[in-house]
Amino acid sequence: MSILIDAETTFIVQGITGREAVNLTKECLEYGAGAKIVGGVTPGRKGREVHGVPVFDTVAQAIEDHGEPIYGSVVTVPPAFTKDAVFEAIENGVELVVVVTERIPRRDVAAMIELANLRGARIIGPNCLGIIVPDVIKMGGIGGPAKDSSKAYTPGPVGVLSRSGGMTTEMASTLTAAGLGQSTAISIGGDPIIGSTYAELMPLFEADEQTEAIVIYTEPGGKMEAQLGEWVDENDSRLPIVAFMAGRFMDEMPGMSFGHAGTIVEGKEDTASEKIDRLAEAGIVVAEEISEIPDLVREKMGAPA
Amino acid sequence: MRFFEYEAKEIVRRAGIPTSKGGFATTADEARKLAEEVSGPVVVKSQVLTGGRMKAGGVAFAENPDEAAEHAERILDLTINDHEPRGVLVDEQVEVEQEYYAGVVWDGLRKQPVMLFSDMGGIDIEEIAETHPDHLGRGHFSNLFPLSDFQAKQVIAAAGITGKQLTKAIPILTRLAQLFVENDMTLAEINPLAQLADGSFVAVDAHMEMENEARPRQKELLEELGVGKDETRQAREPTEFELAGEAVDASSHRGVAGNVTEFDGNLGLVIGAGGGSLTLFDAVRKYGGKPANYCEIGGNPSVKKACGLAKLVLTKPGVEKIAVMMSIVSNTRVDIVARGVIKACIELDVEPAEKIVMFRIPGAWEEEGSKLLERYGIEYADRSVSMHEAAERAVEKAGEGSGT
Repeated sequence: MSILIDAETTFIVQGITGREAVNLTKECLEYGAGAKIVGGVTPGRKGREVHGVPVFDTVAQAIEDHGEPIYGSVVTVPPAFTKDAVFEAIENGVELVVVVTERIPRRDVAAMIELANLRGARIIGPNCLGIIVPDVIKMGGIGGPAKDSSKAYTPGPVGVLSRSGGMTTEMASTLTAAGLGQSTAISIGGDPIIGSTYAELMPLFEADEQTEAIVIYTEPGGKMEAQLGEWVDENDSRLPIVAFMAGRFMDEMPGMSFGHAGTIVEGKEDTASEKIDRLAEAGIVVAEEISEIPDLVREKMGAPA
Repeated sequence: MRFFEYEAKEIVRRAGIPTSKGGFATTADEARKLAEEVSGPVVVKSQVLTGGRMKAGGVAFAENPDEAAEHAERILDLTINDHEPRGVLVDEQVEVEQEYYAGVVWDGLRKQPVMLFSDMGGIDIEEIAETHPDHLGRGHFSNLFPLSDFQAKQVIAAAGITGKQLTKAIPILTRLAQLFVENDMTLAEINPLAQLADGSFVAVDAHMEMENEARPRQKELLEELGVGKDETRQAREPTEFELAGEAVDASSHRGVAGNVTEFDGNLGLVIGAGGGSLTLFDAVRKYGGKPANYCEIGGNPSVKKACGLAKLVLTKPGVEKIAVMMSIVSNTRVDIVARGVIKACIELDVEPAEKIVMFRIPGAWEEEGSKLLERYGIEYADRSVSMHEAAERAVEKAGEGSGT
């Protein structure tokens, strides 16, 4: 199985007529069994089609056309309009919202997440590339065109969580080359506040029979790694975790942001070295290089390397 | 982005929170006039975006306007931690009965802002939290529902405060929370918040930081405060090289080829994307390489833009070789980046195969890219070569070239 999405998942693309959205729609339709993208929304563009997907003015119209509730939405609208688009999705019963847009002010992100929590919906992102279940479905630009996604991702036992969209694919590709496939890979987003953190997604992997180990990619900034460490301590998780930490050089450069909006060293707990310690305390192995990850995963899973 | 103290106090004032009297001066004469207006003892404070100004002699007390002018003259010429002061703040010296701390910050895990209040003002909030947690009240608040006074009341009461102080502090903390949200701040702090002999509160010092992402929609406030569009207000001022990098990135809207940060090594880096750049920069250093710069390519920039970035790095004084490396790309095209960096070499009349010690970008359009690289004899690697291996090879080759 997988987490969050599977072959039956229906979703819409909000902002579907934008350049990036047109591409990701095509990529998702062509990948695996072909995503069930049941509609797109761009205000004022009702009646058009994007790669055969009907475009509507509102989410409600898309649902009416589909004839039953729609599970997910990929939101890729400009930052100033993202909060409204996410609100529209959630208030129309969408349960899983993948927010691709970057540069959304925190206040808007926090409001989206609060509404999602009230309504029982989940947000992935912002500033992310989405979710992929190898050979089955992808929801978002993760992995790129179908043929490129297929090169990097293969089905298997490893769950992948990453603060960097591109590095999700780099790690999956490394695992694939070593014969370790992935159950589900999620680009969780590079912002200081995101809808779903490592620790918030762990229970889903924990409950997923296919998943036998977790690989995470992380960076300086924020407290998500400490939160993951606490979760592991408190929940006696069956899943071994292998982490990779990029941006170690930033420890010497407090106050400077690199890579992603959330990647900045402001206090001691933001530093790479502090985070590595926190992860290690929880029994999470931190790889020095990405190429070491497959062997570490095998070792932790108890299989011969 | 950070605000100077005089700007932060103006923001506080606009939110309806009383502040100590005074103003901003850029000359000794202006400082004298402000001191005359205050008509009493003043404090003259250097306006720099760095800490430790008290220790460095950037804060001085004056009994009269002449003394204030003298201090201003000296402080205006005083560089603190390499920061030239923007000016001085001339503020009345208030008779403080009790110092408090009021602050609002984001809690990234709770995904909500949190109000903080303490009756131990004047010192660092982290220190209060550590040594006197019973004197610190805190409370999260919603971004969806309107703020109500009881929320500030609970926080202040939790710090062990009651009586007149409690009721007078409520509107101040509520207004601070409102200004934090309305102005897209990431930090809003009044420290100390002083209670005067008559029981009233005034903000003596304030510290504000605004989220960069919100600058477009906070344009009006920034204009009114006189904050220029080109002022980054980051931890350190951008160098000329970094500004040139921004210009390359701004040359077209498509894709990213920028976020350049200057370092003093000899190996130029044309790297990407966000996480890939962080990983590669670490990898180069791990293998003993000395990067001349950090940068990020992503989102499929044009040939022109990739070329512009490569040219900038290639012409940086001290750069002998460059390495072009990214994590596996999905929307950026390998062949376009390859064309960009080769074009940069040709336009600068240097041999691409000599200058580019390593090209490691696997992913979209890699077949087309590798053909091009082969034609120019540039060493390239596919996804079977890890990012660290590519970095190690680049460092090795760069070392050979310089004869060290």
